[in-house]
Amino acid sequence: MDAEPVPEVPSRAVVVGGRRRPESLPGAARRIGYLYVAPAFILYAAFNLFPLAQGVNVSLYNWDGITPGTWVGLGNYAAFFTDPAIREGYVHVLILMFFYSFMPIVIGLFLAALLSRIRIRGLTFYRMLLFLPLVITDVVTALAWTWVYDVNGPLNTVLKAVGLGHFIPAAGWLGDFNTALPAVGVFGMWGEFGFCLILLVAGVMKIPASLYEAAWVDGAGAVREFFAVTLPGLRYELQVVLVLSVIGTLGTFDEIYVMTSGGPGTATSVPAYLVWRRLFQTGQVGSAAALGIMLMLIVFVVTYGLNRLMERGAQE
Amino acid sequence: MNTASRTQVTLNYVLIIVCSLVAVYPLVGVVLASLYPSGPASAPSGFALPPSFNWHNYVSAWEQGGFAASFTTSIIVAAVMVPASVGLSILGGFAFATMRFRGSKAIFYLFILGLIIPTEATIVPLYYDVRAMGLLDTYWALILLETSGELAFGIFWMRAAFLSAPRSLLEAARIDGASSWRTLWQILVPFARPAILTLTVLTFADSWNEFFLALVFTVNHMTAPAGLASFSGRYTTNIPLVSAGAVIVAVPILIVFIIFQRQFMRGMLTGAVKG
Repeated sequence: MDAEPVPEVPSRAVVVGGRRRPESLPGAARRIGYLYVAPAFILYAAFNLFPLAQGVNVSLYNWDGITPGTWVGLGNYAAFFTDPAIREGYVHVLILMFFYSFMPIVIGLFLAALLSRIRIRGLTFYRMLLFLPLVITDVVTALAWTWVYDVNGPLNTVLKAVGLGHFIPAAGWLGDFNTALPAVGVFGMWGEFGFCLILLVAGVMKIPASLYEAAWVDGAGAVREFFAVTLPGLRYELQVVLVLSVIGTLGTFDEIYVMTSGGPGTATSVPAYLVWRRLFQTGQVGSAAALGIMLMLIVFVVTYGLNRLMERGAQE
Repeated sequence: MNTASRTQVTLNYVLIIVCSLVAVYPLVGVVLASLYPSGPASAPSGFALPPSFNWHNYVSAWEQGGFAASFTTSIIVAAVMVPASVGLSILGGFAFATMRFRGSKAIFYLFILGLIIPTEATIVPLYYDVRAMGLLDTYWALILLETSGELAFGIFWMRAAFLSAPRSLLEAARIDGASSWRTLWQILVPFARPAILTLTVLTFADSWNEFFLALVFTVNHMTAPAGLASFSGRYTTNIPLVSAGAVIVAVPILIVFIIFQRQFMRGMLTGAVKG
């Protein structure tokens, strides 16, 4: 069916800290290699590596972006332990991870286990629909959900119809201090679950049928079959969705900007949004740089840690 | 073997259809909302067809949202950055897949590092660099930053694609005495065409959907998503009008997705998720 040569590309998610690290570079010794790499490297160095070094430098200053800055050493990093706004941002991101990462994976696993291993007709079509939330521009999907949560929107219409109208917050779902963050979270859950489902169902299809037969012969019930066959068989897929969704959540910005602007108050403020605000609105440029560098370090540690964790789990 | 009973089959279809409906409902809802009479008084509830189909909302949104300008920016940026970043990724990926040179491994790892450098880590100095270059609010700011931002993944992707080429292909080229340039363009690129197409489609999607860079670097030359965000900020209470704007911005990426579905799926399932 699919006769094209498909390159065996490992996911970028498992490169850092994963055992699937690029093997030693093959090929002949060729100086001309520099010429092929140079154009990309120059651009990459100028707009990624060099600014990264500059960012580290800026992060060591107390700077408003206009007047000369004053050296504060690691002061902007120490603020991670003292500045409640930063701590709050990371707490919010952790809460969002429950919605953006944990829930979609649980839903995906549950459905992958429930769907029996038979061909579904028109699967391509359903897959396309399930992919839409991920493909369509964030700003568009965030606006769609702003409408879902609108005073007269579908969510409130349903709640009123079933007599639960009194649960609707007076300030609206995105305007209430208690519901704004979970409301953004549900949006993220919607954005991720189709992707998880497709990846995990595809993973289940790849598990050899003989393993399921063996479990059946052993008299394993559905639950034991899930833990003995399905879950271990999905290790690689789980590693990919876990790493990608956690990294993605750490960088959440677009939907916060569109749906809540970090509000009400700072109820939905997240690290990436703080970087933007401190760069442009509050004149804390040095702190903004430190926030960005810290975010990168956290992404690095989380990626490395998750990959190691998942692989250790596999060896046991 | 798996003798799927009737109930099992039905259950499968019910589950997959319910999930698809959940995925699609807010998007269909926005299309319906965009056809309600424009204005704050007519906020649609989401379960009924509009009383009349107000196609004119699309004209109003297009004009009042300045989408002619923001579409122009998005198209120009994509038209330059997609070929540029895919081309540079092909060149770099080729070298890393077929050649050894002093420092090649270290340079490759530097590129890999780019897979996890979030834009937030470089955005602060970049803003002042771009300003110093006099490129704030220009197409060039977005073109240069988006292109360099895609290189880490592009090189990673193209290297893997070229590595999967059979050794015999390269051997034959070597025996024929083909130059590295000819080996790349006449043997490896045709072989890796599906991978290149996938990379092209994903790169276009990233460029079309880019919001953060446009927000930071442009004021008058906003991209379509940034233009939409600003439009929705000005007309918060006019849901039909904003919805029409949202549909307008979604259409190009939707068309590309429908045409290149397979490339999208393959690319995204192997790890190139937006963001």
